[in-house]
Amino acid sequence: MKFRGYRRPDGKIGIRNHVLILPCSLCASETARFIASQVPSAVYIPNQGGCAVSAADLEMTFKVLSGFAANPNVYGTVVIGNNCEGVQAHLLVERIKALTNKPVESVVIRDAGGTIKAVEKGVEYAMKMSMDASLCQREEADISELILATECGGSDPTSGLAANPTLGYVSDKLVALGGTSILSETTELMGTEDILAARCINDRVAADLLAMIKNNEEHFSLAGENIRDGNPSPGNKEGGLTTIEEKSLGCINKAGYSTINEVYGYGEQIDKKGLVVMDTPGQDIASIAAMVAGGAQIVIFTTGRGTPTGNGIVPVVKLTGNAETYGLMKDNIDFDASAVVAGKASIAETGEKLFELMLEVVNGRMSKAEALGFNDMSMARKCNFC
Amino acid sequence: MYNSLVIKEADTVATVIAPVKSGESIIYSIDGEEKSLTAWADIPIYHKAALRDIKKGEAVIKYGCKIGYALEDIKKGAHVHTQNLDSIMR
Repeated sequence: MKFRGYRRPDGKIGIRNHVLILPCSLCASETARFIASQVPSAVYIPNQGGCAVSAADLEMTFKVLSGFAANPNVYGTVVIGNNCEGVQAHLLVERIKALTNKPVESVVIRDAGGTIKAVEKGVEYAMKMSMDASLCQREEADISELILATECGGSDPTSGLAANPTLGYVSDKLVALGGTSILSETTELMGTEDILAARCINDRVAADLLAMIKNNEEHFSLAGENIRDGNPSPGNKEGGLTTIEEKSLGCINKAGYSTINEVYGYGEQIDKKGLVVMDTPGQDIASIAAMVAGGAQIVIFTTGRGTPTGNGIVPVVKLTGNAETYGLMKDNIDFDASAVVAGKASIAETGEKLFELMLEVVNGRMSKAEALGFNDMSMARKCNFC
Repeated sequence: MYNSLVIKEADTVATVIAPVKSGESIIYSIDGEEKSLTAWADIPIYHKAALRDIKKGEAVIKYGCKIGYALEDIKKGAHVHTQNLDSIMR
């Protein structure tokens, strides 16, 4: 199966053709925004981090920002630094160049002589890059080059019954065609670790998966939290969920039932095919950011209560199994899977339709969040006060 | 018209997608084939019903996976919830 995308000089294939205005830190973010406002075709990524963080968080920030620039949906990147932040512009440029040979430029506010001069320089770079990007044409590529990020948020009883299995069907189909699908949100894997470990391709991957879940639990316990206690919540139980396994299974079936080929840390580059797992938090936006940094070209997002979320670099396609939610949030949600919970369609039938929609979006059709200009950004942190 | 869902063929419980009263039929589809059984108790919407007799200590299967074990013998058509099903993880 084929799709049409933009072939990059590093060999990867994008389904969008963005110029990225990428601030190194919070302190460079407003200047970066001014630059992006003058070049409307460019995407600006707000950055709340990049400075005064622990060594582990600094490394994670470098990984995510350089991963954004390397994402195949990006034509090229203009890095904006302030001068004094932890994520130094020249270091970020080095990290980007280690991942890709796509165009990258940088402007440092202090070195340029303040924001006004930095904006001038940044607009020059962004303008030229946008005009160069406009010459790119879509060309044919094999579906095996597609990386799908799966995500869920605002779940309700219909999520585990309709939306997640429908997305799971799409995930399994993509994997069977040679593509890649990412399962994320480590907190929501609790209770299914034995089931997932048994699905791993070998003992090393299974050990990595178990260690990832254990580390996550230990991280919570350092903050005095026991993540298993109170799960499922009283509200979950009233809604029919009995055990933590059942709750988590309802969540993880959004990535289907394929063999797990690899386990990745937050924002690491995805280099294996098939179903893979990434260690991300349950916070949707921060989870999506990591998978985009890892190279996902598209996100499919299941919801029960509904969410407007979207990403500046990759299209986010949202579906719900809740007919009422779809009716209330039609301008936010792309696909209605409620026929499954109405007993009117099978998961395979809705799954085929969702796969078709995914291909349309891959080939250029805007998702609703794209059409509305959504650009949510959040980055996970290991340590909040250091 | 179906009033319950069975996600995987191996599942031993169905999830009802409309409230079912004791004595009413639970109707679901497996591979396009319609099947039914009689509810033994009132089952609230999105709660589970046993598709067959499940022995005490036996694993209960949903999504093709173990979601816990039976705390007591569960009759086909019974409501499966916290009173007769517990996590394996504890």
